[in-house]
Amino acid sequence: MANMKQFKNEYQQIVDAHSPKNKVWANSMKAFLVGGIICTLGQGLVYLYMYWGLSFDESSMLSTITLILASMVCTAFNVYDNIGKFGGAGALIPITGFANSMVSSAMEYKKEGYIYGLGAKLFSIAGPVIVFGTIASVVVGIIYYFV
Amino acid sequence: MGRVGKQTIVFKNPPVISCAYSSVGPKEAAGPLSTYFDHSYEDELLGQDTWEKAESKLIENTIQGLLTRSGKNPTDIEFIFAGDLENQIVASTFGVSSFNIPYFGLYGACSTMGESLCLASMAIGGGMAQTVIAGTSSHYCAAEKQFRYPLEYAGQRTLTQQWTVTGSGYVLVTHGGKGPQVEAITPGKIVDLGISDTFNMGAAMAPAAIDTIVTHLEDTGRRPCDFDAIITGDLGNCGVDIAITLAHKLGYDLKGILNDCGKMIFDNEKQDTHSGGSGCGCSASVFTGYLYKQLLEGKLKRILLVPTGALMSPTSGFQGNTIPGIAHAVSIVMK
Repeated sequence: MANMKQFKNEYQQIVDAHSPKNKVWANSMKAFLVGGIICTLGQGLVYLYMYWGLSFDESSMLSTITLILASMVCTAFNVYDNIGKFGGAGALIPITGFANSMVSSAMEYKKEGYIYGLGAKLFSIAGPVIVFGTIASVVVGIIYYFV
Repeated sequence: MGRVGKQTIVFKNPPVISCAYSSVGPKEAAGPLSTYFDHSYEDELLGQDTWEKAESKLIENTIQGLLTRSGKNPTDIEFIFAGDLENQIVASTFGVSSFNIPYFGLYGACSTMGESLCLASMAIGGGMAQTVIAGTSSHYCAAEKQFRYPLEYAGQRTLTQQWTVTGSGYVLVTHGGKGPQVEAITPGKIVDLGISDTFNMGAAMAPAAIDTIVTHLEDTGRRPCDFDAIITGDLGNCGVDIAITLAHKLGYDLKGILNDCGKMIFDNEKQDTHSGGSGCGCSASVFTGYLYKQLLEGKLKRILLVPTGALMSPTSGFQGNTIPGIAHAVSIVMK
């Protein structure tokens, strides 16, 4: 009689032995490359806007907005998911990844209506980032106040 | 019809799978089995405006294809057994509704082809009906949206992850007639060895597959070599390796006999699917497209089809539950 429960303790080992592992080092290098390119692009935009006569603060703001727009366009034209496939966290962590998570949700859920679909699910991926980002900034702010 | 052993039914008057029809999406049509599918669609939306409606259209077209090929009218069909992966199996509901056939909606996750074939065979073998339809479907985009992330989200897939098949397969099961016969079925139990990684479904389902296969062999007194092939639904590349290891520990050598629809449907290197195909439509389209034709041509004489399912939902996963697996075995013979 087949009794699969007898394998319960050793099963995870059997699974690990047959499951291919992600190439952590190669993936990290790709993430560094893609994330680095996006950030360098952002810095380049800041210099460009300053060269055009804007202040540093204005240039930073405009650089961020430009990156978000670029990510939105790339997401809409089915390009950004391929950048993410190659670059992993390097494409997800910068502000372009944040924009991608919102635009991809908007594209997917628009068919369910503007309120229950797009409105309700726009932040389905980005929501936790905002919540915990805000909490983290409060904690850091308190520490900064006392140090 | 008679019960044999612990959980197997052997049919005295075996139901006949007298017709089969398969439809797939563009990626499946570009795979190694492309020439075997009855119909393929270049547009994953099938002219609809949502993925969900596209899957319903896929089902409707597949059933219509089956009816046309077999020369039957919807009024000739007594019951239809169908299911899919969408919440509340709405793809099947909308896909089946226009035919006005009494409908059993099933949810067996990716094992639904096995579940529907088992129930259809029981209806025929038990004398409750003469002509029924069984089948299932899945759609890559609808499944990604429901179980994972929006399609354009820039996430990375793990190497153990599988690619949900956009495809559908339906069969006509009849009392008498020509075609491969369902000689026995072994409905499976839920088997859970504690896997909770939703990116490694093959590992979650492999124990259920082996439990059902070994039970079928013990109940019927058969050996693996009595079959030309034992074919699981969607264990994928690493799931098959795990299954062979588990079977070996139980004293069964399945090497060379065990194959998997998820392994067969895509070229993992060229099509970048990682651990192979998955989804209800995987075993459905590979059986109705490829295996059924091999049986008809006599290239395969007896197979054990074992569609496998992972019975989880996104909610159960988030709440920390493990992934229970299930597998149903259908022994099909061409005489």
